[in-house]
Order: sequence, then C-alpha cells, then structure tokens
Amino acid sequence: MLFEILKILVNLIAMDEVRITEKLNILADAAKYDVSCSSSGSKRKNENGGLGNASNGICHTYTEDGRCVSLLKILLTNHCIFDCAYCVSRKSNDIKRAAFTVQEVVDLTINFYRRNYIEGLFLSSGIFKDADFTMERLVRVAKKLRTEHNFNGYIHLKTIPGASDDLMREAGMYADRLSVNLEMPTEEGLKLLAPEKNRQDMIAPMSFLKNEIIQRTEEKALFKKAPLFAPAGQSTQVIIGATPETDLQVLHTANHFYKNFNLKRVYYSGYVPVLSDVRLPALNTSVPMVRENRLYQADWLMRFYGFKVNEIVDNHNPLLDLDIDPKLSWGLRNLHVFPIDINTADLQLILRVPGIGLLSAQKIVSGRKFGKLNWDQLKKIGVSLNRAKYFITCNSPRFERRDLTGTAIKQYILSQSQSKYLKNSVTQLNLF
Amino acid sequence: MTTLIYDGTFEGLLTAVFEIYTHKLQHVKIQKGEWLSTALFEDVIKVITDQTRAGRVLQGLQKKLSAGALQRLYAVHMAGMDEQDAVIVGYIRYVIDTNQNVEEDYGNKYVLRVAEMVRMLRREKHRMEAFIRFQKLQDETFYSAIEPDFNILPLLSKHFKDRYTDQKWIIYDMKRNYGLFYNLHAVEFIALDFSTSRPDNVISTYTEDEGLYQNLWKNYFQSVNIPARKNTKLHMRHIPKRYWRFLTEKI
Repeated sequence: MLFEILKILVNLIAMDEVRITEKLNILADAAKYDVSCSSSGSKRKNENGGLGNASNGICHTYTEDGRCVSLLKILLTNHCIFDCAYCVSRKSNDIKRAAFTVQEVVDLTINFYRRNYIEGLFLSSGIFKDADFTMERLVRVAKKLRTEHNFNGYIHLKTIPGASDDLMREAGMYADRLSVNLEMPTEEGLKLLAPEKNRQDMIAPMSFLKNEIIQRTEEKALFKKAPLFAPAGQSTQVIIGATPETDLQVLHTANHFYKNFNLKRVYYSGYVPVLSDVRLPALNTSVPMVRENRLYQADWLMRFYGFKVNEIVDNHNPLLDLDIDPKLSWGLRNLHVFPIDINTADLQLILRVPGIGLLSAQKIVSGRKFGKLNWDQLKKIGVSLNRAKYFITCNSPRFERRDLTGTAIKQYILSQSQSKYLKNSVTQLNLF
Repeated sequence: MTTLIYDGTFEGLLTAVFEIYTHKLQHVKIQKGEWLSTALFEDVIKVITDQTRAGRVLQGLQKKLSAGALQRLYAVHMAGMDEQDAVIVGYIRYVIDTNQNVEEDYGNKYVLRVAEMVRMLRREKHRMEAFIRFQKLQDETFYSAIEPDFNILPLLSKHFKDRYTDQKWIIYDMKRNYGLFYNLHAVEFIALDFSTSRPDNVISTYTEDEGLYQNLWKNYFQSVNIPARKNTKLHMRHIPKRYWRFLTEKI
C-alpha cells in the first residue's frame, strides 16, 4: 500500500517536471525574439543580507547564434488577444500555448540565480484579457521576488501599453529596467503589421516613466533613503527589415527617443521570418544581420563618439553602407577633415578617426603626454592601422602622401580585409 | 647579463630590484625558484628576501605610482603568467628611473605590456564571474570547480561574497589545488582532499532538486537559440572550448 502511494507520488513529481520543462521551452522560445539582454546600469546593492545584487552586467553564457544570455528571459504566457503579423504569439498562429504561475517564475528565477546561471529576470507577456490584468501579474512576480525572497538581482519588466499609471509606478518600485517596445520604426509600419495597436499607447507609458524617473532621481539626490525607481532606466526595441523603412528613418526614430525620452538603449532586432503573411518578407528571406550590426555601430557613434544622426545618414545617403562601418563611411565622405596629427589633435577628433575606438583614443591622449607616438606604438595600443593610416599622421616620416579619393581608399581597405566586410557574410560583431 | 634568482614572492621580487640598483646592473634575467649550483650561469645572484630592502623599493614606488597602479602590479605578479617577472622588473625600473608618474605612458613597452596583462587578468576574472556554475549539495553548500588560466581566485572573493550572502559556497581551483569557502560570515581559503573522488564530480552528494534545475537550464539554453541566426564562430569566441566542461549547458 505504502509502496503504491510512493509510486504515485514519484509519478506526480515526474509529471510536474515534465510540465514545467514544457512550459519553460514554450515560453522561453516565444520570448527569444526580444533582443535586449542587458543587465547593466543598475546599482542595486545587497544591503539586506539577501540574495544577489545588480551592477555592471554579466553575460553568463552565449547561445549558438552568439548572443549574450544574461537574464532568464521568458513570457508569463503566450496567450494573446492581439494579432500582430510579425509576432509568433499572435492570436491566429496555431501554436502550443502555456502560462506560468507567479510562484513558478519566482522559483525558477531564485534557483537559476543561486547557481550563478543568470543575472536576473526579464519578464514579458502576451496580453491576456486586458493591459491592466496582464501588467498586474508581471508586477506581482517582481514584488514577490523583492519582498518575500529578498532578491536584489536584476529585474527587467515589459510595460504593457495601456496599463494604468498606478501599476506602472509600482513596477518601477520593484524593477531595475522597464521597457515598452515600439515594434516598428515608424507609425505607418505599425499600422501595416499591427493594426490593433496604437503608437500613442506606447509613447504614453514612455513619457510617464520618463517623468517619474526624473522626479525620483531628484528625490534620491535630496533624501538618500528614498527608494530606487527603475535605476537602470527604460529601453525599447524596433524590428528592422519587416517593413521597408530606411536606415535614415530608423536612426532618426532612435535619436528622437534618446533625446526626448532619456532612453538608455534602443535595440534593433533584425526580423527573423517565422510567419507567412503577404505583408511580410517571404519565409526564405535571410535575417538582416549585417544591417543590424551597422545600425548598432551607428547607434554607438551617436551615444559614445559624439556623432550627430545627420552626420551618419542623410537624404543623399539614407542607407548605411553594408560593406564598411558607418564611421569609415563618414570619414570617406569628409576627407577634407583629414589627415589629423595624432600627437596634437583633440580627443573629440581622434574619436572620429576610422579604426580608432574609445579605449585606443584615451590611451593615445594619455600616452602622448610622455612623448610623441609612432606607428608601432599606435599599433600596439590597439589602433586598426589598415583603416586609420589613411586619416592620420604621427611621429614618423612615413604617411599616406597620395591624394586618394574616397572610392580608392575604400577599395584598398576592402581588398586587404577578408570576409568581414563582404556583403552577405554571416559575421556579426559583438554587440551586447 | 646577470641572473637573479628569487623565491617567487612579491617581496622577493622587490628585493631583487634593490640588488639591481645596489650592484648597478644593466641587463638582468629574473628567475624564480631554487638556485642550482652549476656553471651554466656565468653571473648569478641569489636574492635573499629582505623585508627592509623590499620595503624601501615599495616606498619608492608608492611615491611615484597611484595606489591602484601598485595594486595592479601586485595582481599581475600573483597571476602566474609567462614572462611576468621580466615585465614587472622592467616596469619598476622605468618608474624609478623617471621623475614623473609614468603609469599612463602607453608609449613605453613595459607600461603597455603591464596594461595588457591586467586586461588579460580582468578578462579571466570576469569570465569566471560569468562561467562559474554552482551545484547544490545536500548540506546546502553551493559548490563549483574551475580551472582558470591564471591565479585569480583571490580576486573573485569580493564579487561572490557580496552577491551570495545568504548561501554557503565553495569555489575550487583544481589547477592550483585550493579554494574559497564562504561560511555565511567570511571567506576562507581551503584545500580539499580528493584522494577518493575527483573534484569536478560531486553528483553523489547532490541535493534532490539539483538534477531538475540543471535540466531546466539546459532546456532553456536550447530554447533561446535562434537557428536562423546560427553563428558558430562568434559563439566560440565568446566561450572558448576549454571552459565548456565546466558549463552545465555545454556538457
């Protein structure tokens, strides 16, 4: 008898394992097209003797497609009342549906975190019933982790467009980062692929959060004890390649949101054709990975290198050059600025030289105080001379004396580099 | 060319620098370990570690370097990298021979090399912070065995102590045969006796749900992959193969 009961119990546990495994597979699979995986930018310390902290961000592993895995990124459910053409979880798609309970998400997060698998949780959801109902569940997971489990790891919550201000405020109390996906770079794109969605519904929570974050930061400056409010700010994502927007439109949108909504990051997600729909690229279309990479490079130029968006793309050059990086493109269009002398030029100008990155530029400015730098030293510092040599002079009688055109320089550089700059190559650079 | 043999400690290395200046040596070779009395070396000085002499060199360095630069130098010495002693001695001599603070003089080969070594060390430390996988044992201790390229265990202590305050954990360096043990109060150095079992095999002492969470993690790792974006080269660059056997999701 006892043996029978034990057997039933063991079976129950095994069934439970199968069920939770299946849920995890479905809901992780549905969440993977959200590219954000950042776990940095927060400053949550482990001051309560609890579990975890959040500060600089760690990629704990990398998928076989080379993307960083930092957070447990899952949907609470893939049931959804919307029917967006680009989304695998859309209502009309015939797929397996599943839903986690609040406790299941909490247990997974804590147990993964304790084993050092993850930095925290990225929780999103299909919209079931209505916006507030969904948002309330998301907030409840975060609240439980923070208040019942003393969890100080990173929490990224998706804010559901149309959710009430009260819920958003509560989300900000528990989460490190909040995000609303714009989905499409332009309003027209959104209308085409997600006619039920409204861009204004996405922008409203973004401005609410922006104001709330500013206000809370001011409070924090006055009262040290004031609680944290979304310390890692907010971010968004746009899908590229599903609609015919140019890079000019994409980057102007990004720039607009960086400037007016204090966004920490805009993510560009190359569209992965998973659904057949007349409005979408065909199923055999390849993922625009090179374009995605060039957009991130352009994004970095705007955020860290002091470039203005109209220096990178303009009406004459609405598309980024896929063969070469956007800084080199800019350099070739602006040859009149060069060559510059590496031993005297301002840091701002050195940062604009193709082939010189942030760290190299800083090393150059530090190092040259002790003596003029030559080619050999620049190479050792980490400058890519194959590109930089056309744009700089240094402490050496050797430098590019020919009066080369931009096209000629591009040809020289392309002929020297291997597959990295070839069109349609599968190479993707490290982004996250 | 003079060869200086020292005992491998940082104080020993600083004493060696003292000897270089006392004997006004120019070209030197630094060697760690026992002095083998042979005729192979024409000119050999056996450095006897001396706190006073080492202290004087250290004081000289403190005057010209920031505290951070000195700490980094110490960390590089501890790391166990190839050719590190020659680079460190070259660096120290350059610091002593120059009147200003040269720690940012990246045009100098020693300064640049030390900066590179620090970068390698930091990268390995960061990799360990990412790639360590704890396994929960029956006594509620979270255990992990690693084989880092360099001796970075002491650099890991703070990160894991700050993060996992409410659980006991062990991180064991199998290459160098010592580990860190956090007992809910403080981190201590330990050496374990693995005469009967292998340090990376603790399955027999797993807690009940350890297998479940390892499987869930493996499943998760498979589920988040997007096959249409496969990029093996990038994957391998991020996780070099030598780390795979410690990663639950790659075993």
